[in-house]
Amino acid sequence: MIRLENITKHYGSFVAVDDVSLHVPRGVLYGFLGPNGAGKTTTLRMIAGILRPTQGRVLLGGDDVHTDPLAAKMRLGFIPDRPFVYDKLTGAEFLRFVAGLYGQEGDAVERRIAELLEVFELTSWKDELVEAYSHGMRQKLIISSALIHRPECIVVDEPMVGLDPKAARLLKDIFRQFVGKGGTVLMSTHTLEVAEAMCDRIAIIQHGRIVASGTVADLRHQHQAGDASLEELFLKLTGGAHVRELAEVLGRGDAP
Amino acid sequence: MTQPSLWHVLQPKWRTTLQRLREERDRGGHRKLIVLTIVGALFWLGVFGVLYKILKYFRGVEELGPLLAGKLLGLVLLSFISILILSNVITALSSFFLAKDLDLLVSAPVDWLRLYLAKLGETLLHSSWMVALMAVPILAAYGVIYQGGLLFIPYAALAIVPMLVLPAVVGSAITLVLVNLFPARRTRDLLSIVALGAAGGVILLFRIIRPEQLARPEGFRNLLDFITVLRTPTSPFLPSEWATKAIMGYLRHGFDPLPLLLLWTTAAGFITLGALLHRELYAQGFTKAQEGAERFIRGAFWRWTIGRLLRPLPVAKREFVLKDIRLFFRDTTQWSQLILLAVLVVVYLFNIKALPLFSGEQVPFFYVTLVSFLNLGLSGFVLASIAARFIFPAVSLEGRQMWLLRSSPLDLRALLWSKYWVGTIPLLVLALLLTGLTNVLLKVSPFMMVVSLTTIFALTLAIAALALGFGALYPQFETENAAQIPTSFGGLVFMMATIALLAAVILCLAGPVYAYLRAANAGEPVRIDALTIAAFTAAAAICTAATVIPLRLGLKKMESFEF
Repeated sequence: MIRLENITKHYGSFVAVDDVSLHVPRGVLYGFLGPNGAGKTTTLRMIAGILRPTQGRVLLGGDDVHTDPLAAKMRLGFIPDRPFVYDKLTGAEFLRFVAGLYGQEGDAVERRIAELLEVFELTSWKDELVEAYSHGMRQKLIISSALIHRPECIVVDEPMVGLDPKAARLLKDIFRQFVGKGGTVLMSTHTLEVAEAMCDRIAIIQHGRIVASGTVADLRHQHQAGDASLEELFLKLTGGAHVRELAEVLGRGDAP
Repeated sequence: MTQPSLWHVLQPKWRTTLQRLREERDRGGHRKLIVLTIVGALFWLGVFGVLYKILKYFRGVEELGPLLAGKLLGLVLLSFISILILSNVITALSSFFLAKDLDLLVSAPVDWLRLYLAKLGETLLHSSWMVALMAVPILAAYGVIYQGGLLFIPYAALAIVPMLVLPAVVGSAITLVLVNLFPARRTRDLLSIVALGAAGGVILLFRIIRPEQLARPEGFRNLLDFITVLRTPTSPFLPSEWATKAIMGYLRHGFDPLPLLLLWTTAAGFITLGALLHRELYAQGFTKAQEGAERFIRGAFWRWTIGRLLRPLPVAKREFVLKDIRLFFRDTTQWSQLILLAVLVVVYLFNIKALPLFSGEQVPFFYVTLVSFLNLGLSGFVLASIAARFIFPAVSLEGRQMWLLRSSPLDLRALLWSKYWVGTIPLLVLALLLTGLTNVLLKVSPFMMVVSLTTIFALTLAIAALALGFGALYPQFETENAAQIPTSFGGLVFMMATIALLAAVILCLAGPVYAYLRAANAGEPVRIDALTIAAFTAAAAICTAATVIPLRLGLKKMESFEF
C-alpha cells in the first residue's frame, strides 16, 4: 500500500533521509521508530506529499505521490505532529472544509462529522472557534479530519502527544479496527510500549537510514537479543545505551 | 541571587535578529539590500528636498520665517507623538502579554523591574523605528537650513530620544490598564477597531475642515492676529513642544539646557511611574491575558449566502472561498482595516469634488479630461495599496496550515484561483465605483468614461494578480500578524512593480487620449486609426501579461514550498 523506493532528502549539504526503501502492505500497522532528528518526520512528510524527495519515489496504492498527487492523496489521511489548524473556524466548519478538499459534501459528510465529533467527545465544542481548543482537543480534531474521507491508509506522526489516557486508548482501538478492516497505518512514535503492543511490524531509522525492520520477534532474532524488550533493542540499535547515568545528571542539584 | 542583565534577558531577540540577517546574507540578500537602500535613500531625499524648499522659503520671510518653521516642526513632532502612542498601545499588547517568550520569562526568577525594562525597550524599538527614520531627513533639513553644524546631530538625538520614550511608557501603561479590564485577546480586537476608527476619524475630520482654506491670508483680520497664532504653542504640556523648543532654540540662539532637562527628567519620571504601575498590575493582567476568547459561532450566514451563490463551483473551491471569507471577517485585525479603507475612499472622492475645476463659469474640457485620465494612475495606486493589505498576505497566511493543503488532493491551482477571486471581486467593485463616481463628479465625456472604466478593469485584474504572485514569491510564513506582511521586502517589490505597470499603461494610452482631445477641441469626430488600435492593444497586452505571468510564477513557487 505504501512503498518508498530509495528516497533521499537533502537540506543543503545535510542528508536528512538517505536512500530509504520501505514497503508497508495493506492491513498492517507499521511502527516507525528512531531517535530525535533521525529523519522520521521528514520521511512521513515526503509520503504525505508536503516535502519533495531529492531522489527516489513514494507510491500510495500504486500512485506516485509526486507525479500523480491527486490520485495518491485521495487514499491518504495525514496526521502531523504539530496540530496547526485555522484558529478562526469552528471544529465543525474545519471538518466540513477538509471534507470539501477531498470533494465530499452533503448529508453523508454531515453525518460523518457528527459521528467523528461524538467519538472524540468534541460534540459540545463543535460550534466553538478552534482558538479556544486545548492542545489535545486540536489533536483530536486533526485525527477526525484525517478520517473524514475514509482513507485507505493513514500516516501519523507522534499521535499520542497531548492526548489524555482515554483518547489515547480510543486512538489505539481506532487504528487496530482500521487495520482489521484492511486499512494501512504507518505511525511514528517515541512511546516504545505503544509500538510494541500495537504494531505488526517496526522499522528503526537512524541518521536517515533504516537500521532494522521486521516484527519485534524478527528484530530480536536478527540482533541476537534473546527476549529483550523493544526498548532495550531500540537502545542497542541506536546507541542509546551510552547515555550518561540518570543519577549522575540529576545529582548536580544535590550539591550544598 | 544575581539578576540577569537586561542585555541577557533580551538575548533571544537580538540573537534571532542577527541570525535572520546572516540567513538573508547567505541567501544572496545583497540585491535586497541594494533595492532597500535605493528606495530608502530616494524617500529620504524626497522628504529632505520638499522640506528644504519650504524652510528655505520660510527663511526668506522676515520675522515670520522662524516662527513658521518652528510651528511646522511642532506640528510634525505632535503628529509623531500621536502616531507613537497609538502604535505603542498595540505593540505593548504583543510584547507584554502575547509574546511567545513570556512563559519562559515569567516562570524564570527574573525580577519585575528587569522584565518591565526589557519589554519596554522591545516595545519602544518595534513601534518607534519607523518614526525615528522619518525624523532623520526632517531634522537634517532644519540643520542644513539653519546651519546647525555637526554638533546638531547629537543634540537632535538628545531631544528626540526622550520624545520616543514617553509615548512608549504611556502606551504600555494604557495597555496594562486595558488588559486588566478586558482579556488580552479581546483587548487586541478592541484596540484594532478603536485605533483604526480613531485614525480614520482624524483623517476625515482633517480633510473636511479643508485646511487649505486656513492658509488664505484673508482668513485673518491682520498680521498681528496671524503672528499671535504662530507664537502660541500648539500644546505647551506635550513633549513635542519641548523638543521643538530645544531644537529651534539651539538652531536660532544656541544651546539652552532647560527644554532638554524637562524632556529627560519627565522621561525618567514617567519610566519610574510606569514601573510602579507595572509592579502593581502586571501579574494580574498577565493571568487575564491567558484567558482565551471563548466564542460560540452558530451562524451559518456565509454558507447560506455566498455558499449558495457558489453552488455551481466544485466543492473544494467553494469550501476554500467560504473558509477565506469566514477567516477574514472573524479576524478583527483584518476586517477593521476596512474602516480605514472606507475613510480613504471618502477622502479621495471629497478631494476630487474639492478640485477648483468648476469654480469658473465654463468647465475647461481639457482639464477635466486630463484629470480623469491621470485619475487612472491615482486610483491604480489606491487599488495597489489595498491589494497590498488584503491580497498580498493571502499565501503567507496559509503557512502554518500548509501541511493540510499539501497532504490533501487539493490542486494548488484551485487554491490560487480561490485566493485570486476572493481578493479580486471586491477590488473590482471598488475600482469601478471609484472610477465611475469620480468621472461622474468630473462630468467627463462618454469616450473618457469607456476608456477609463475598461482600463481600470484590466488594471485591477493585473494588480490583484501581481499582489497574489508576489505574495507567493516572497512569503512570510512566520509572521502571525497579517498587518505586518505588506511592509516586508516582497510588499515593497510588489508596489514597485505595480507603479511600473501603471506608468506603462498610462504611457500607452496617453497617445490616443491626446488625439481625442485634439479632435474634440477642433470639433472633429474621433478617428480610430492604426496607431490608436496599436496603443490599446499594447495596454491590453501589458495588463494580460501582468495578470498571467505573476500567477504562473506564484503557482510554480507554491509547488516548491517545503515545510
